[in-house]
Amino acid sequence: MKRARAEILSNRSYGAYHSVTIVAPEIAESARPGQFLSVAMPDGREFLLRRHFSIHQSSRRGGWAGTLEFTFEQHGHGTAWLANQRAHSFLDVLGPIGNPFAYPRRLTNCLLVAEGHGAGSLYFLAQELRARGKRVDLLVGAQDLEHVFKPIEGKRLSQTVAFMTADGSMGERGSVLDALPGIVEQTGAQVLYAAGPKDTLRGVAEFCAGRGLPAQIAVEERMGCGYGLCYTCTVPVARKDGSGYDSLRACVDGPVFNPARVLWDQWLGARPQMLPTPPEGFPVVRAWPD
Amino acid sequence: MSPQVDLNGLVLPGAVLVASGCFGSGRELGPLFDRSGVGGVVSRTVTAAPRKGAPSPRAAETPSGLLSMVGLQNPGVDAFVADDLLHMASMSLPVIVSVAGGSLEEYVRVTAALDGAPGVVALEVYLAGPDEELDGQPFTARPERCAEVTGAVARRAQVPVFAKLPALQVGLVEAAGACVRAGAHGLTMIDGVPGMAVNADELAPALGSVQGYLSGPAVRPLALRAIHQVANAMPEVPIMGVGGVWTGSDAAELLLAGAWAIQVGTAMLVDPAGAARVASGLVGYLRGKGLTSPADIRGRLRAPAAGIPPPGAAGGAGPEGAR
Repeated sequence: MKRARAEILSNRSYGAYHSVTIVAPEIAESARPGQFLSVAMPDGREFLLRRHFSIHQSSRRGGWAGTLEFTFEQHGHGTAWLANQRAHSFLDVLGPIGNPFAYPRRLTNCLLVAEGHGAGSLYFLAQELRARGKRVDLLVGAQDLEHVFKPIEGKRLSQTVAFMTADGSMGERGSVLDALPGIVEQTGAQVLYAAGPKDTLRGVAEFCAGRGLPAQIAVEERMGCGYGLCYTCTVPVARKDGSGYDSLRACVDGPVFNPARVLWDQWLGARPQMLPTPPEGFPVVRAWPD
Repeated sequence: MSPQVDLNGLVLPGAVLVASGCFGSGRELGPLFDRSGVGGVVSRTVTAAPRKGAPSPRAAETPSGLLSMVGLQNPGVDAFVADDLLHMASMSLPVIVSVAGGSLEEYVRVTAALDGAPGVVALEVYLAGPDEELDGQPFTARPERCAEVTGAVARRAQVPVFAKLPALQVGLVEAAGACVRAGAHGLTMIDGVPGMAVNADELAPALGSVQGYLSGPAVRPLALRAIHQVANAMPEVPIMGVGGVWTGSDAAELLLAGAWAIQVGTAMLVDPAGAARVASGLVGYLRGKGLTSPADIRGRLRAPAAGIPPPGAAGGAGPEGAR
């Protein structure tokens, strides 16, 4: 992990997403797919924490050597601020952080399953896998056309690509999980990679467990620091020897995990829901008896 | 400029330390940790047995603050001593170990396991956890339990002990006094403030544990008031001030209120060089005032101008009503 005062080369929008390219040669030098960047927010604002973005592109050679690109959707104060940063302003950036995706040694057919902005890091992975002579197929999902990230780049990087949108505005209507069994059949996938929201990752994990397919996922969990100090972004991960589990940090112990070892019920089921209506059996108290 | 601070015999090489839970295992930052001017680190809180910690999500950003609940995740004191602590000691920075337990016995066991541990110059007693010997309320809910635990740790420990207290609204001075009488060398104030955040979109609490502890600049006024109250009552007791310190001038605020040294917590989670930045900012502040040592401004708040009644005096009425 290095720290850089990185100049913004460009800040563009692609559909619903913003994509920022920065100059940070020391970080770009060692960045690999699955790793992320940590960007500091401005001083004196009420939002304090750094924002974390998976790396969409890192160039070591050629005209773009020393640059990195990351992608995000505008959600709150921090991303709104970042979306308005112009070229030639500077960001305080830490990276690359976390463990990258591993590449298969023998197996050749790789299926990459992305939902939403998860496509950013998987396109980077696709490029690296192809450079290693692997076959790459892509399954890209989103809520609508606007949220399909750089579809043309997806086509360029893969043998075949399938798009799924919840409203049918691009590709087939439905989710990546609906299409997954068919695509695996068609492409002869031997290894799966996935990035996106937790529900998608869980669906991919269960599918792979059922078929005995090896897989790797890049998880997203809310982070305090993003560099390993605060232990707030933990994921329960079973130990290899079956002796229990550890609360591993998504930032420095992940974000790439073997989905077969993630304890999904414990991770996702932990948060109690606040119901909008009283649950069954809850007494309804009227202001005044009838 | 003399960067050293003397906490009644416990001499630290600088007045600014890293607060508990904001230094990981000590290895994560590697060369990105800037130690210049840093007086020491407080370790993450350790218990006798390993703990897995609280459910996810554990953190939420709130206005000028961080709400979090880690739930004391730690590898247990023995693994901590064998691994993290060795590493921290190898950085030759003074280490203050934060100790916790669910019972008096556990606190004492953790303390005993730290006998002769390398680099450890003091212990900090974490008191916000549930009291498993009574009703599961935090130890801090009962000043007498704080004192009992602190006393037990202090009697067993071979190094000075600091009790970490929350910004209690009432009974703070009494709790602080009881801890000192029980054997605390000093106090660390303040601990995180219990709070909550809600994700309205998802109709759910933001944290898996529902409640968490608020830290960051949002709590600094609470820290200032708590430190000021206790320092006024017990000016001879060393206080390590902690609570939303982001800059050198924030550190000066806590010193002026009565702190002897400063811990930087949440700022370390945003800037790996946060403690060093605060330390150099504090030096700049002192220079600007023509002073040389943090002790020169300790507790030096000027008294409020005559005629302004303290809050709550005169039953809330104006000056006329008081007559």
